[in-house]
Amino acid sequence: MRKKFWSILLVVLLSLALVVTGCGGQGKTETQGASGEKVIKIGFIAPLTGDVKTFGESAQKGFDLALEQAGYKAGDFKIEPVKADDRNDATEAVNVATKLITQDGVKAIVGSLTSLTTIPISKFANDNKVVLITGTATSPKVTVDEGKRKEYIFRACFIDPTQGTVAAKFALEELKLKTAAILYDQGNDYTIGLANNFKEAFTAGGGQVLTMEAYAKNDTDFSAVLTNIAKKNPDILYLPDYYQKVSLIGKQARDKGIKAVFIGGDGWDSSDLDYKTMEGGYFTNHYSAQDPRPEVQNWVKQFKEKYGQEPDAFATLTYDATNLLLNAIKTANSDDPAKIKEALQNTKDFSIVSGEKVSFDENGNPIKPVTILKIEGGKQKFVTAIKPN
Amino acid sequence: MKLSRNTFFYFAGAVFFFALVKAMQFSGMLTPYWQLVLDQALIIVIGALGLSIIYGFTGQFSLGHAAFYGLGAYTAGALDKVYGNGNMLFFFLSLLTGAAVAGLVALLIGLPILRLRSDYLGIATLGFGIIVRVGMENGNKLFPVLGGATGMSGTPQVAHFDLIFILTLIVILLVRNFIFSTYGRACTSIREDEIAADVMGIDTTRYKVMAFVLGCALAGLAGGIYAHRYPFLHPASFDFLKSFDFLLIVVLGGLGSMTGTIVTAVGWVFLLEVLRVVLGQNFIDWRGVIYALILVVSIIVRPQGLFSGKELRLLIPDHLKMLTGKEHTHAGSGN
Amino acid sequence: MEHFLEQVLNGLQLGLMYALIALGYTMVYGVVQLINFAHGDVFMVGAFLGYFGFAVWGLPLPVAILTAMVACALLGVIIERVAYRPLRYAPKIAALISAIGVSLFLEYFSSLKFVFGPNYRVVPRPFPEVHWNIAGLSVSNIQVIVFVVVLFMLILLQILIYRTKTGMAMRTVAVDHNAARLMGVNVDTTISITFAIGSAFAALGGVLYAIAYPQIHPFMGIMPGLKAFTAAVLGGIGIIPGAVLGALIMGQVETLTSAYISSQMRDAIAFAILILVLLFRPTGLLGRTETEKV
Repeated sequence: MRKKFWSILLVVLLSLALVVTGCGGQGKTETQGASGEKVIKIGFIAPLTGDVKTFGESAQKGFDLALEQAGYKAGDFKIEPVKADDRNDATEAVNVATKLITQDGVKAIVGSLTSLTTIPISKFANDNKVVLITGTATSPKVTVDEGKRKEYIFRACFIDPTQGTVAAKFALEELKLKTAAILYDQGNDYTIGLANNFKEAFTAGGGQVLTMEAYAKNDTDFSAVLTNIAKKNPDILYLPDYYQKVSLIGKQARDKGIKAVFIGGDGWDSSDLDYKTMEGGYFTNHYSAQDPRPEVQNWVKQFKEKYGQEPDAFATLTYDATNLLLNAIKTANSDDPAKIKEALQNTKDFSIVSGEKVSFDENGNPIKPVTILKIEGGKQKFVTAIKPN
Repeated sequence: MKLSRNTFFYFAGAVFFFALVKAMQFSGMLTPYWQLVLDQALIIVIGALGLSIIYGFTGQFSLGHAAFYGLGAYTAGALDKVYGNGNMLFFFLSLLTGAAVAGLVALLIGLPILRLRSDYLGIATLGFGIIVRVGMENGNKLFPVLGGATGMSGTPQVAHFDLIFILTLIVILLVRNFIFSTYGRACTSIREDEIAADVMGIDTTRYKVMAFVLGCALAGLAGGIYAHRYPFLHPASFDFLKSFDFLLIVVLGGLGSMTGTIVTAVGWVFLLEVLRVVLGQNFIDWRGVIYALILVVSIIVRPQGLFSGKELRLLIPDHLKMLTGKEHTHAGSGN
Repeated sequence: MEHFLEQVLNGLQLGLMYALIALGYTMVYGVVQLINFAHGDVFMVGAFLGYFGFAVWGLPLPVAILTAMVACALLGVIIERVAYRPLRYAPKIAALISAIGVSLFLEYFSSLKFVFGPNYRVVPRPFPEVHWNIAGLSVSNIQVIVFVVVLFMLILLQILIYRTKTGMAMRTVAVDHNAARLMGVNVDTTISITFAIGSAFAALGGVLYAIAYPQIHPFMGIMPGLKAFTAAVLGGIGIIPGAVLGALIMGQVETLTSAYISSQMRDAIAFAILILVLLFRPTGLLGRTETEKV
């Protein structure tokens, strides 16, 4: 009986301790906000642990550099970043978003990385009237769900349909290729979205999609489907996945004797792409590193100086998202999310790395051209820029 | 009907806990964040109790628990999204349907595979979990509302603490009554020695399937609540790694102990979140490492689990007190 | 027909890859009856060490492989000493939970910046790839190497277990620790040796895997580990030839399903077949029917 008493007591004490830690955290943040200078807190959510940690860290580098360049200031406000990890898990993402919004009192959030985590937190942020801008979550559902615009939510990247459609048009009209095979990750809505829209636009434009095959997230052997694709001998192999997977598939495809032109999306943009294998391939992207615009040159140069590597798409888009947000805070010169939201929606002719004179459409998606790059001689080469629609 | 003493204390304790939470809510001590974590903990308690019945009490090694959790979540979520619109009646109906679907699937899969023993059963259930995951990813081809790999949103978010708490209380009572009934005794005897149980005239297949169906239905119920508390369902949230979470809760809590399962489930959920707060922003990426270390250390310190085979008095029906004496159930021996 | 044969060859390669991991897995299981979930992560560490050896430190390939094998053997022994030995006489499930913990630890610790780092690394080919054309089928030297290594491992393990003193000790320990001790077998040493050999094989598998599918990252071990374990169960876990048989079947099933039925449904069909096989052979294809303890 006695032992049981102690165990009950322990449980009660533990739960109390937990609650107290929680409240302690809250109390602290309030006192910080009360210091003389005007402070606005910005949350940052990304997978900083787990199997896509490397993408999350890229995004974090973009976020850090943007704040650093702005001197942690926007208008009259001092910026205080609050970073959190979602492990690319929908449940954890909701938990950290709740923590950032209700406990740390952030007024705006940059993140998260994938649609899987951004869709649930965008709903929560919108319900709580906190501005959220994601660099990289491409699903249309992030800003518009069930036909309703979440008006506090924005993004810096294209939505899924844009890239697939542009890639299909480019392949048909510029490359004059007529048949395609598509290979996509059936567990990842980014690649599914690009694949489906490519197929739709390619077929509508008179091309023929010979086959559409899927694989799972952790696959490393694609020989079975690639053998089938080799037999059909398509002109194009559309590979809308991230750089690391595409490099693996590309290698095996060439081994299987597939001569098709590889085409892909912004997931390719990384110095870790296997350039030798992907030689001759094209991909849709947000910008070209050779673009002489100062925004682009500054970004590439400073990123290299600070981190000793080339920025990838995750870093670039998060950098852009952060800058869009900082600009909106400056314009509104207020920490009221409603005003920041207005300013963001009314962004006019603001230049970011991934586009000149960017503004938002009614769904919170940026209006900017799609750049098409070619892998040539182990480098990315600018081909053309296409305005969608 | 006379309320037995322990049941009375059980409810008294529940009311006290509820009042405590309410008081903290009003005083603003319990922020929405910790409230959410608490809700998540209760959801995990329900799901873990399901696995506790299957593995802790009946000894059937299941590595596919998250699949049933997911089945319940998708069923309840989709039903309420399409037919209900925040209506409480529909909420409960969808939860029940979610649990029923998970239970039904458990019956269909359990009848053949529960003949397998220990690790082979584990791998078969794990395989079933992967099949369910593939099904979820391609579910939109049959029912577009499920969203497939792009996930499903739009379920009305009507589950809040009061409801989840009451549901948890009911589930705990239900599991208690099951465990301490003849059925529960039969299940425990199967865990201890299946052949001996068979010889004693216990229809082992029947009880194994019964425990499996009940446990999976509870996972389905937990999933249904999850769908009404977290606004987005995605197949990745229900993959086989999530089944490990349930398993380690049940084992760390101690096999054959509801108390252990409940305490560990709550502790586990809070641990993950507290680590986030404690480690702060500079050590974010150490969270996984520390979590793993805590896991290894705690199982080495208490290999039999926190409460192996023991229960809090409150969770034992009165008429059994004499019967069970000091040790209420046998220490779980696993397999 | 040629097309079909090519798919069978694809399946063979995949199956051999699974066999590479499954062999160590099943050997450890055979001796200690523990599903060593950390095996897939030791495999990952081996792949990384091999990669550092031949691509970063510039060691010759055999030396790099040997270094990785020795280091992983040591890692395996340490894991056993720290995480499994205290639980040897606890319920089996406790060691399983500990294994899950070790697996998570290796994954998260490796992805810290000062260890291996979280990024995907492209592994350069340590030797030029050669393709031979045999009867219209393209066979690469890597496939041949993997085949030879699996064969070598299989034979070596069979000899080790059935023809040496250590092997006899392992078989004794597998049956009964106490009886083994009474017979003068040093149980601790025997189990340490088992883990050392199993982990060294995991490292060998890891390096070859990294050469065949030239990309490594800290979470690469989960899926191959799971598939290899499934293959070992399919063949009858604990039985060395069963692991190879199960792995080859898994490889064929996965490849042929995605080639001729549906690439979307591949995993579902592969695991459905696994469950079906288990229903008819509850202890795997080569598994003995266990004598029931009464």
